[in-house]
Amino acid sequence: MKILVCVSKTPDTTSKIAFKDGNTKFDEAGVQWIINPYDEWYSLVRAIELKEKDAATVIHLVTVGGADTEPVIRKALALGGDEAIRVNAEGGDSFFIASQIAEIAKQGGYDLILAGKETIDFNGASIGGMVAELLDVPYVALATKFELNGTTAVVTREIEGGEEVAEVALPVVVSCQKGVAEQRIPNMRGIMAARTKPLKVVEPVGADNLTQVVSYELPPAKAGVKLVAADNVDELVRLLHEEAKVI
Amino acid sequence: MSVLILIDHADGHVKKASLEALTYGAAVAKQLGVPAAGLLLGTVTEDVAALGQYGISTVYQVANETFNTLDAQVYAKAITAAVGTTGATVVIFSHNQTGKAVAPRVSAALKAGLVAGAVALPDTASGFVVKKAVFSGKAFANVSVTSAIKVISVNPNSFKVEAVGGTAEVKALDVTPVAARVKVTAVNKVSGEVPLTEADIVVSAGRGLKGPENWGIVEDLAHVLHAALACSRPVADSHWRPHHEHVGQTGFQVAPNLYIAIGISGAIQHLAGVNRSKVMVVINKDPEAPFFKAADYGIVGDAFEVVPKLTAAIKQLKG
Ligand SMILES: Cc1cc2nc3c(=O)[nH]c(=O)nc-3n(C[C@H](O)[C@H](O)[C@H](O)COP(=O)(O)OP(=O)(O)OC[C@H]3O[C@@H](n4cnc5c(N)ncnc54)[C@H](O)[C@@H]3O)c2cc1C
Ligand SMILES: Nc1ncnc2c1ncn2[C@@H]1O[C@H](COP(=O)(O)O)[C@@H](O)[C@H]1O
Repeated sequence: MKILVCVSKTPDTTSKIAFKDGNTKFDEAGVQWIINPYDEWYSLVRAIELKEKDAATVIHLVTVGGADTEPVIRKALALGGDEAIRVNAEGGDSFFIASQIAEIAKQGGYDLILAGKETIDFNGASIGGMVAELLDVPYVALATKFELNGTTAVVTREIEGGEEVAEVALPVVVSCQKGVAEQRIPNMRGIMAARTKPLKVVEPVGADNLTQVVSYELPPAKAGVKLVAADNVDELVRLLHEEAKVI
Repeated sequence: MSVLILIDHADGHVKKASLEALTYGAAVAKQLGVPAAGLLLGTVTEDVAALGQYGISTVYQVANETFNTLDAQVYAKAITAAVGTTGATVVIFSHNQTGKAVAPRVSAALKAGLVAGAVALPDTASGFVVKKAVFSGKAFANVSVTSAIKVISVNPNSFKVEAVGGTAEVKALDVTPVAARVKVTAVNKVSGEVPLTEADIVVSAGRGLKGPENWGIVEDLAHVLHAALACSRPVADSHWRPHHEHVGQTGFQVAPNLYIAIGISGAIQHLAGVNRSKVMVVINKDPEAPFFKAADYGIVGDAFEVVPKLTAAIKQLKG
């Protein structure tokens, strides 16, 4: 079993979101970078659990990014995984990134490709599906549970108002979210081991960018809260009905 | 040139999120001066022609029941074929579970740029620029699509469904589905509940409720409002409530018309999942709770006293 886990870096969840250069660039000043939580907590940990059950499993991590993604990739390796591949490219759109991952996937012949549900900065929820299409393999999005039964994946996925269990023969691309695994903390042994694990750097293949962010904006500031006394809920109901018109 | 909108359905019914996508698609078509058509893969019990009331002139239907279960690969192949036969240049999905699974595939197959999670109509003054939510709702990005064909998935609850009247012409489309490789073996729906991502109103509670046994007052309020239930992450993590109710940066992102937060402090990661709600009401006994800074209306008070009173007052309003 060969698993490819897609890992991206994102600003820490408490980062101040600000933009620079006339609102065309994210202001990285003072930002701490972390592994995208969906990639770290769910896809990667699930892959590690599968390896713990079957020692013959090989886990590769892939990231598309500049040299500054390496600390994040090392942290991912400290959690587990055998080697990492960094495609040396910065700033591509979803299709560009997916094309790079698909290329790595083709060369590596993986049985299972795990992505996160979405990145918490770009919120595309797109790259897993694009990779699956480029490889012409099935895609199960928004998994909340993932089991392997021989060469069949048994995936529980989210649907409106519930869940659905689906079976699909490998190879498959799955996007993971809460439920697939439990967050882990890397231990000292893992951190030491990560230092010597291979981190290969490869150059990107030619691929188009189909979209481009032209500018960013912050949501308009709120007018401020209107407080209503606790013994006057009728007033709140009136405001919601007559002023906000939401009930 | 035309706009093609996927009509997504479950259990024989067109999803509300899909009606929003139809409304959005019809508006895009109007803006571009081209026709808007729906694409229905599979079968529904409703009157398909009546979907014309949302502003589309045609519904292309592939009435093959294979499509009543979702296999993203099978869907993408059929949609890609339909884009070819109908000559669509803009393809629209809801950014719901189906759209998240299928739109990226269609985008990659057609080499058509995707804007996932659009919150506004495209700006077509020069080029084709669509606003989408980024940083988990903390900001927006204006994304220019540079490919010939454009794919947009519309954030649920960003567009109000608008029925303008009219009927659509229903045309059968001849598309043979490829063999499905994903086999659905079980479906577990929480019956009687309003699905979180489809809800106009969401009633959410946090650790301030003290324990799962106290959720009755929250459920009663949700019930009178026909609202969906949600909760903060520690509540789901301690198994007080099911995971599918967890909202926030690492849970569901919702954008209802009304979000009522009870006993939730308003941590930045929680707000990230809910701050696109149109109106936010906070009930918290701590006047310093950060949620008050983000809210539109608030009551400083004990949830156990305020919430039952609020439920009663709303009941009275609704008669
Ligand atoms: C990487 C990361 C991701 C995260 N993702 C999420 C996420 O997706 N969603 C999320 O929710 N959290 C998330 N968190 C956790 C978040 O930081 C907060 O810890 C969490 O939201 C707090 O939940 P809470 O408001 O229910 O509990 P608390 O912070 O404990 O707040 C309880 C509130 O209830 C009030 N209260 C107490 N008693 C009463 C009463 N009787 N009546 C009225 N009010 C009362 C208190 O004043 C307090 O404000 C994340 C954290 C991290 C680090
Ligand atoms: N630059 C990247 N390198 C590797 N994987 C990525 C990258 N960006 C996104 N991914 C993967 O794709 C998932 C979805 O990302 P997105 O479509 O941007 O929301 C993420 O959770 C990652 O698993």
